[in-house]
Amino acid sequence: MSNSELTVEKLANEQYKYGFVTEIETDKLPKGLNEDVIRLISEKKNEPAWMTEWRLKAYKHWLTMKEPHWSNVKYNPIDYQDIIYYSAPKKKPTLNSLDDADPELVKAFEKLGIPIEEQKRLAGVAVDAVFDSVSVATTFKEKLSELGIIFCSMSEALQKYPELVRKYLGSVVPYTDNFYASLNSAVFSDGSFAFVPKGVRCPMELSTYFRINASETGQFERTLIVAEEGAYVSYLEGCTAPIRDTNQLHAAVVELVALDNAEIKYSTVQNWYPGDKDGKGGIYNFVTKRGACRGINSKISWTQVETGSAITWKYPSCILQGDNSVGEFYSVAMTNNMQQADTGTKMIHIGKNTRSTIISKGISAGRSNNSYRGQVRITKKADNARNYSQCDSLLIGDKCGAHTFPYLETNNPTAQVEHEATTSKIGTDQIFYLNQRGISTEDAVRLIVNGYCKEVFKQLPMEFAVEATRLLSMSLEGSVG
Amino acid sequence: MLEIRNLHASVEEKEILKGISLKVNAGEVHAIMGPNGSGKSTLANVLAGRPEYRVTVGEAKFEGKDLLAMLPEVRAREGVFLAFQYPVELPGVNNTTFLRTALNEARKYKNQPEISAGAFLSMLKKKMQVVEMPDTLLSRAVNEGFSGGEKKRNEILQMAVLEPKLAILDETDSGLDIDALRIVANGVNKLRAKDNAIIVVTHYQRLLNYIVPDFVHVLYNGRIVKSGDKELALELEDKGYDWVKDETVTAQ
Ligand SMILES: Nc1ncnc2c1ncn2[C@@H]1O[C@H](COP(=O)(O)OP(=O)(O)OP(=O)(O)O)[C@@H](O)[C@H]1O
Ligand SMILES: [Mg+2]
Repeated sequence: MSNSELTVEKLANEQYKYGFVTEIETDKLPKGLNEDVIRLISEKKNEPAWMTEWRLKAYKHWLTMKEPHWSNVKYNPIDYQDIIYYSAPKKKPTLNSLDDADPELVKAFEKLGIPIEEQKRLAGVAVDAVFDSVSVATTFKEKLSELGIIFCSMSEALQKYPELVRKYLGSVVPYTDNFYASLNSAVFSDGSFAFVPKGVRCPMELSTYFRINASETGQFERTLIVAEEGAYVSYLEGCTAPIRDTNQLHAAVVELVALDNAEIKYSTVQNWYPGDKDGKGGIYNFVTKRGACRGINSKISWTQVETGSAITWKYPSCILQGDNSVGEFYSVAMTNNMQQADTGTKMIHIGKNTRSTIISKGISAGRSNNSYRGQVRITKKADNARNYSQCDSLLIGDKCGAHTFPYLETNNPTAQVEHEATTSKIGTDQIFYLNQRGISTEDAVRLIVNGYCKEVFKQLPMEFAVEATRLLSMSLEGSVG
Repeated sequence: MLEIRNLHASVEEKEILKGISLKVNAGEVHAIMGPNGSGKSTLANVLAGRPEYRVTVGEAKFEGKDLLAMLPEVRAREGVFLAFQYPVELPGVNNTTFLRTALNEARKYKNQPEISAGAFLSMLKKKMQVVEMPDTLLSRAVNEGFSGGEKKRNEILQMAVLEPKLAILDETDSGLDIDALRIVANGVNKLRAKDNAIIVVTHYQRLLNYIVPDFVHVLYNGRIVKSGDKELALELEDKGYDWVKDETVTAQ
């Protein structure tokens, strides 16, 4: 067996080293779902009546729906009555120092290059008052509020800014949208809310790291980001911290709204537990992410680097309503072992002169399956709409699969649509060439994979790009022969 | 420096090298010539450790160490460099990053500190001048979309940066225009020193006007059938390979 094949074998046999389980007390409801459970969730969260009603409507609608099976993923049926729908994280145990934290966790943080103080916060270490008053998060919050930017958890937003939430919640992803989105609408636990007012350019990246008490990821997250006229915001959905969750099913909803001349950049680096090498115990990640470019000249870009989850079902999309609006999708999806990913995007062109760009890079290793599914729809009124799609697949080894499903619907003769697709393998000749220059097979694979992803990585904010590179290296690790 | 004894090698069960013996001392330049398909590239690749080639009999010592027991990357770090007959494209892998990674691997191996980005760039600038390579090629992906001649020059640039003890150049001259040929030959001559050795695989006497060899060997059907000095190359140019082939037949 050649060197590179060995690497492939090792990659395929690699285990998730970053999982950890935190034993924390939770306030749980019994398993199962019915109207009473939903009322109870809403009540526990002290929500306004309209919110409760909305959840109930979503639930009633969900009952009429069937689980979708059109994607290219296989899994055993999910018993929706066997899930606990509310489990509020109680206060996390407070540690005295990082030394008390799971050493594996700390190692992972170090590998990811997360600064010490940030590591403490993530690990749940008590931060002393002196430090806290000057902490990144505090100064950060002050700066934001001076500018009128709201950034808090969805629960907090429902208490403090109910009308703002009411105005936009469900306006991009209605509760009737799809099976998982309906379920999420009925039972969502928490999530982020960000609001950037007219003319304000958010001076820093908004990251979930900075959302106090939010290091616990809920099973049904709901995120809403609104950029008013001329506003700009870059949001980082950080999941680079290792997460092993007892919840198998994750069905999040993310809604973005960009008004006239506004721009939203949404970046995700996701490293959820993919399951063991046979795929057991991994997370099912069924997410609905959609952005509405509602205003003229508005712009929404999605950038994602996905390396985790057993099953990923995810299509961050843009509805290009405003004239001259721009939608972008940059994605790296890596699957290994038995992981399955069916991801892609939808670009719906409605306004005139709307433009969209899709750059998708799939990497499959082990016995995994990686599918790209992209839809470009040009509606009747979308004069001079343009789309450019590039979908590349990289195969590592010969037991994995890559599939591309582009759907194109053009109802306007002025549309210009370009689609390019390539499939490549890391060739033994490439590995040997790098070996001959003194580079080990593992580093060779890493260099090639990083090179392949470069176009996407350069869309990420600087520190995040570094993390993404490291994360990919971590997923490729363990092949020193 | 390099001592090959009775080397036999096969690819896919087919024997290609059928008993090669060759001694290369420090400071020497050896030229290997021979008809297409005679096994020249195979020999070069076997020395570099290409996994597809299986050595069945024989040995190769590099500075007294068992070369064949080393992984390809270790051979490289020890100072064996192969300029490929067909350089490989590495889409997305930045040429400068690649060169620096390669150099640092060799330095780490020798327990030397990694070279800083600044020091590397100024060193690289000098080497670029030697091969008269435009800066633009540095910011591109390794060999991707390079012309045939640019790929060959890039090989010589890598050699200049890595400063190997033993450089094996597999038809680095083919596909080069007259000017490029002189530039590449210059680059090779710069490496020529009493501590280094070079093996040049070529079809053309032309290159040997620039890189004057100490020895010339003719490889035919997996064996070295004739060795001589630089005059042998001129003779081959003149008479072709048939007379050497005939000689082998008679010898057998
Ligand atoms: N990977 C391979 N699989 C099958 N046959 C091979 C392989 N590599 C080399 N060969 C065969 O081995 C023989 C020697 O090839 P090699 O490339 O060493 O010749 P060469 O002397 O370098 O020729 P040229 O002058 O054309 O470059 C040829 O017959 C070739 O087809
Ligand atoms: Mg050859």
